[in-house]
Amino acid sequence: MKESLIINICREKLHYLEFVKPIEDILKSKNIKFKTLNYKEIKETPDYEKIIICGTSLKDKEYLNANFSWIRDTNKSVLGICAGMQIIGIEFKGKLKTKKEIGFFKETFKEEFLGLKGENEVYHLHNNYVELSNDFKIFSKNTLTQAVKHKTKEIYGVLFHPEVRNKELILNFVKIP
Amino acid sequence: MKVAVLFSGGKDSCFAAFLAKKYGHDIECLISIISKNKESYMFHTPSILNVKKQAEIMGLPLILQQTEGRKELELNDLEKAIKTAITKYKIQGIVTGAIESVYQASRVQKICDKLKLECFNPLWQKDSIELLNDLIKNKFKVIITGVFAYPLDKTWLEREINERFIEDVKKLREKYKVHPAGEGGEFETFVLDCPLFKNSLKIKDRKIYGTKNSWAMDLEI
Repeated sequence: MKESLIINICREKLHYLEFVKPIEDILKSKNIKFKTLNYKEIKETPDYEKIIICGTSLKDKEYLNANFSWIRDTNKSVLGICAGMQIIGIEFKGKLKTKKEIGFFKETFKEEFLGLKGENEVYHLHNNYVELSNDFKIFSKNTLTQAVKHKTKEIYGVLFHPEVRNKELILNFVKIP
Repeated sequence: MKVAVLFSGGKDSCFAAFLAKKYGHDIECLISIISKNKESYMFHTPSILNVKKQAEIMGLPLILQQTEGRKELELNDLEKAIKTAITKYKIQGIVTGAIESVYQASRVQKICDKLKLECFNPLWQKDSIELLNDLIKNKFKVIITGVFAYPLDKTWLEREINERFIEDVKKLREKYKVHPAGEGGEFETFVLDCPLFKNSLKIKDRKIYGTKNSWAMDLEI
């Protein structure tokens, strides 16, 4: 398997340990090779088969002003987590909205989404979400849209943090053939 | 950034403080919650008054806040203590030693969000054996001050976290599913020395009490 890419978007360096390292640890546990880059280091479309954009803290809004236009052009698989999903949504003409959810929530996946099906407990930590354009298919929506995939591209987004209670989702993404 | 650490005197909050400093943050004060309820939902507070000694040896002010320890109400007391830290020490962020507990972490997140503070959980989701090894690597001297689950007993009290300790908890994990970092409340720890301390703390005396698989010790430092 080719090396995967993990993208760190945290403004505060200490948040790497909270939002990026748990995802690195999940890949390490299965001996999956990866490289981690800060989003500021990415100038052109990254050449990795699997790309994960991690989340960040509630107070960090820096990612909203970052340039992620390469997402529109890439033909690689991308998974955006929380703020990462918002970044994807914004690139595809979604609208940023405000709604706070913190803690465990039960979400229903009407169709299988990277291994999750039916009711699952997920961990939320967000102040914002993105109302997505029609480019995306929705897999889970109770109050807010929780899991989506682009209709024609291998681009996935989850508003919750799978690294807390749904670790297998991350492995299933990396293992997509 | 100026931060306050939610501090219990055990290995997790101490190591979180160590990481915050290592990543360039200024620890302005420690916050400890003394719960009258030993079964507090939020706070593990063995030998809490010895936390005063730890704060002293770190040269840091300590905000001590009493709470009745009743579910949810104790959060008001935590919020009160954090507000004191904002007014007195101008903190912009909170650091916790939360690893697994979504119950604790999400409640602290909500308070920080309300008070417009950054929230840092540098041990979040960390592998427990990795954490124990990191403590040794970074010259933390940590002892066990309480055990609360079968098959742990009195003989574990005052044991130091060292390589032999790690080997023993690994065996227990395989056999009895005891959490190696004590996250399920299986054991409580106290830090006697770490890079944040100017000197090492010495135990002058100890009082041990308990039965069967539930033992704790009061330390005189």
